[in-house]
Amino acid sequence: MALRQIPLTAWVGLILTGFFAFCAIFAPWIAPHGNGEIVGDVWEPMSATHWLGTDNLGRDLISRMIYGARITMEIAVAATALSFSLGSILGFSAAVFGGWFDTLMSRFVDLLMSIPTLIFGLVVLSVLPTNALTLILVMGILDSTRVYRLSRAVAVDINVMDFVEAAKLRGEGKAWIIFREILPNALSPLVAELGVRFIFAVLFLSALSFLGLGVQPPDSDWGGMVKENKDGIVFGIPAALIPAAAIAVLAISVNLVADWVLNRTTSLKGGRG
Amino acid sequence: MSSPILRLIAQRILLGIVLLLAVSVLIFAGTQILPGDVAQAILGQSATPEALANLREQLGLNDPAWLRYVHWLWGILHGDFGTAQSSGLDIASSIGTRLKNTLFLAACAAIVAVPLAIILGLIAVRYRNGFVDKLISGLALASTSFPEFFIGYVLIFVFAVHWQIFPSISTVDDSTPFLERLQAVVLPATALTLVVLAHMMRMTRAAILNVMQSAYIETAELKGLKAFDIIRKHAFPNAIAPVVNVVMLNLAYLIVGVVVVEVIFVYPGMGQYLVDHVAKRDVPVVQAVGLIFAAVYITLNIVADIGAIVANPRLRHPK
Amino acid sequence: MADKQAKSGQAKPGQASSGRLLDIRNLRIEATVYPPGEAPKTITLVHDVSLTLEKGKVLGLIGESGAGKSTIGLSSMAYGRGGVRITGGEVVLNGRDILKAGPKGVRALRGREVCYVAQSAAAAFNPAHKLIDQVVEATLLHGTASRAEAEKRAIALFKKLSLPNPETIGERYPHQVSGGQLQRVMTAMALCSEPDLIVFDEPTTALDVTTQIDVLAAIKDAIRDTHVAALYITHDLAVVAQVSDEIMVLRHGRLVEWGGTRQIIKEPRQEYTNALVSVHEIEHREQQPGTTPFLSVKNVTAAYGGGHVKVLKNVSVDIYPGQTLAVVGESGSGKSTLARAITGLLPPEEGTVTFDGRPLANRLADRPKEDLRQLQMIYQMADVAMNPRQTVGTIIGRPLEFYFGIKGRERDKRVAELLDEIEMGKGFVDRYPAELSGGQKQRVCIARSLAAKPKLIICDEVTSALDPLVANGILKLLLNLQQVEKVAYLFITHDLATVKSIADSIAVMYRGEVVRYGPKSKVLTPPFDAYTDLLLSSVPEMEIGWLEKAIKGRRMESAGN
Repeated sequence: MALRQIPLTAWVGLILTGFFAFCAIFAPWIAPHGNGEIVGDVWEPMSATHWLGTDNLGRDLISRMIYGARITMEIAVAATALSFSLGSILGFSAAVFGGWFDTLMSRFVDLLMSIPTLIFGLVVLSVLPTNALTLILVMGILDSTRVYRLSRAVAVDINVMDFVEAAKLRGEGKAWIIFREILPNALSPLVAELGVRFIFAVLFLSALSFLGLGVQPPDSDWGGMVKENKDGIVFGIPAALIPAAAIAVLAISVNLVADWVLNRTTSLKGGRG
Repeated sequence: MSSPILRLIAQRILLGIVLLLAVSVLIFAGTQILPGDVAQAILGQSATPEALANLREQLGLNDPAWLRYVHWLWGILHGDFGTAQSSGLDIASSIGTRLKNTLFLAACAAIVAVPLAIILGLIAVRYRNGFVDKLISGLALASTSFPEFFIGYVLIFVFAVHWQIFPSISTVDDSTPFLERLQAVVLPATALTLVVLAHMMRMTRAAILNVMQSAYIETAELKGLKAFDIIRKHAFPNAIAPVVNVVMLNLAYLIVGVVVVEVIFVYPGMGQYLVDHVAKRDVPVVQAVGLIFAAVYITLNIVADIGAIVANPRLRHPK
Repeated sequence: MADKQAKSGQAKPGQASSGRLLDIRNLRIEATVYPPGEAPKTITLVHDVSLTLEKGKVLGLIGESGAGKSTIGLSSMAYGRGGVRITGGEVVLNGRDILKAGPKGVRALRGREVCYVAQSAAAAFNPAHKLIDQVVEATLLHGTASRAEAEKRAIALFKKLSLPNPETIGERYPHQVSGGQLQRVMTAMALCSEPDLIVFDEPTTALDVTTQIDVLAAIKDAIRDTHVAALYITHDLAVVAQVSDEIMVLRHGRLVEWGGTRQIIKEPRQEYTNALVSVHEIEHREQQPGTTPFLSVKNVTAAYGGGHVKVLKNVSVDIYPGQTLAVVGESGSGKSTLARAITGLLPPEEGTVTFDGRPLANRLADRPKEDLRQLQMIYQMADVAMNPRQTVGTIIGRPLEFYFGIKGRERDKRVAELLDEIEMGKGFVDRYPAELSGGQKQRVCIARSLAAKPKLIICDEVTSALDPLVANGILKLLLNLQQVEKVAYLFITHDLATVKSIADSIAVMYRGEVVRYGPKSKVLTPPFDAYTDLLLSSVPEMEIGWLEKAIKGRRMESAGN
């Protein structure tokens, strides 16, 4: 795949996503100040010393943003990994094995999906301890329903195709059929979905933190930073808008990459890709 | 209207009721999954054993879970949602006004969003692959990536702080006159509209495009019909079902958006109520409000399905 | 242009200018395609094609897929489907160039002067409206008759097209009427506004052969009685020979030959036309059945949906080593189900399948690897029968590895040999299925089944999705391979011409039962049972006047009626 064939939008997405990932991974080295370090007055404007100004407690906003990227992405990546592995393994198995396992799983997923994710998340969080592990588990499990539906649907579509029937007639085992016949053809929609699920995890986490039910102070993800600084808005202090905008930009860039992956190979007959 | 279609609708409603019951079990079970119990969670690790025992007694935690569930459900079916743990107030009466407020806000958003989304969707279809279409789908991509609070605070920053046209906090109570109430919800309703608009428009576009690519549209074109007549006579009757579906699904989506938007604008509705009591770990309120949200969501989905059944000519005129 | 025709020595029918209805001159049609991941390309679909049509005459446009025949047909309505654009030439209809008529002028002639009959009437009717409303729509739109008159006319047309209950059928919705009937209703819709020209775009291709003949006869009568002119588009030369006065042969968007129907089918001047005309003439001498069959299907009954829908009823057939049993029938006859029962994909409810004198396990999962190796299968749609993510080498090499444990260099050598056997060559080893043509894909599927060295290959409609000349190549290849490899075929098809070219014995299936079974010569010799007679007599023959003769001699009504 030649580099120049990558469209501009995908480039923008890739570069921005890479930038955010870089900030998250190397946060302690690139942040000018510590995460909880109070360095100045409350809500100082942007300046040469504090590029984005200071927050509601006088902490350096850009340092908070960089650490926030780390916390946001850590939890979102873990939740996505959980939802993805859980959803795709169960979804593929349901499609290939069928029978009661498929029926049971599919009905249960229908049930879980008939409650809006945020609402059910709030119900469960009302009794669970608020820590990173709980958040990852709740977000991952609730979101795995969507991955389950997609991977089951994709696998069912492929499972009825003649080349899979040909493999069954040849006498191939279940493992060959799942990993050699179905998986290579299911990969590109699943990779695109990976991006969409990650965005959803970021937005879900931010919403929870914004509502005060996600990451707890003194640590803060971007959603939590919006909550911390929201009172400044009415005084014309834009500190809360910066983390909010960062979430939006991250989501858009991942979306752009996912769109590109999906468009590149939409058809099953697409040959190499 | 013939009997098979009525039977289908009846089936769908029945299925919805079963689903609602299952959801009530799930919500109830969702509040029982913690390692200790509700009393421990409410009072924290440092609670004295007597206080715990008292609270358990008060909450009926000494009964088995299924019995508590039956009591809870029985109460709800009779309009009794129990009392709030934190304030001791009757939940049903607290919900009353808040539900009204939330529905008012959601309705305001829907009245603007639904026609706007359909019109924009039609424009996108009309100028397919043109500049307008690309612009619309670009905005759609952006807005599905925006968190609600980003949209909300930008609106506040611009309209409430900078230009000072609308209030930044949407306080209403029972005595607020209609016009003032309307003014109070302008910003939150706008935020909600923006949250669902793009998605609804993109789905409308896809639904109508799907119909416009049917062979019978070509047939109409080859009969010499005008573009407008083709849409009115041949595309529209077939597009109703998918568009109704799109609208209902997005209204369901709007119900979720309401939670965050209410918190942003400090609007006294169901969402605010739910979030406050999750923070207070007030389980009875959370269960009640969660169930109501789920019920609204499921109802909208049933309406969407029934709309699709009624609008399908194959089902309306069986063989 | 006159020059060109003189050079190629083609006849110039329709030269008389009096009564000329349609005159297409130097037509050029282009389309923009968007290959995924590449820059958009403009391709030319039709190169400099000219034709004329007189009032009341029928011109057949014939060619394989990609010949541009539908595109040319639709240009007579100034219409381009999808991204198709008419970029050059003139289309003169009733004395004026309709390409210059403007949107309003074009709307005025569509549905009034020219009407269209699509291949799939089921998709072309709007599911939301009653048939009668759609049939009279164009007539009312163009104001040529009042509603009452138009409906009267429609009912008369329904009668003429031998539709059942002509008075009331219009009150039905499209999904309430069968495919063959819908196709006739669509013809009535085209005739209702009394146009000068109708474009028939493969109107009978999607129908079963016994239904096709009725619809074809109805269309022919209607054309004759209403004196409408027609462009009749099809890929089937035998069909077009029944209805047209002249035939135009097209290939890759260019004119190949144009002449009177008799001349084209009896004395084709171009090599390509000749190939199309003689496509079914494969010589295959029937082999005598041996003494013992190696595979016997005995009294097999099979059903879908837990025994509710019986699709095979008490079916018994035998297959002899190195020979071909053709199973022929229309859609829903159970012929593909028979294949599924033999392979174990659909375990029979009753009856047995014996192989080499011992019973085969009913269920696929219970069969030993050796049994699976002996029975291979080739599918109708070659492009979905191969994993798009595997190379040709992997696809053909897998059975070698799986059944014989052949690996590495030896495997590559054997794959190369197999590629030679299917006349493709080892250059294809690293290709992906998407990079092959339709015929090449089917060849690779054949090689894959040969790799297992089976005793029997089940061929399920393997040539149905291919153009006639390509299909012919596949049939010849299969016959040659049978000689070399001594493999038997169970050949499932709806196409009797194919059966004649390849079978040693034939089983005719109808509604889940075998109604006639035996050696080819016996099955195809009278006296026939009623269904075989209907089936045989319904297969279009490349002979003028065949249609009338066939309709007259029939003893049984077709199911689609």
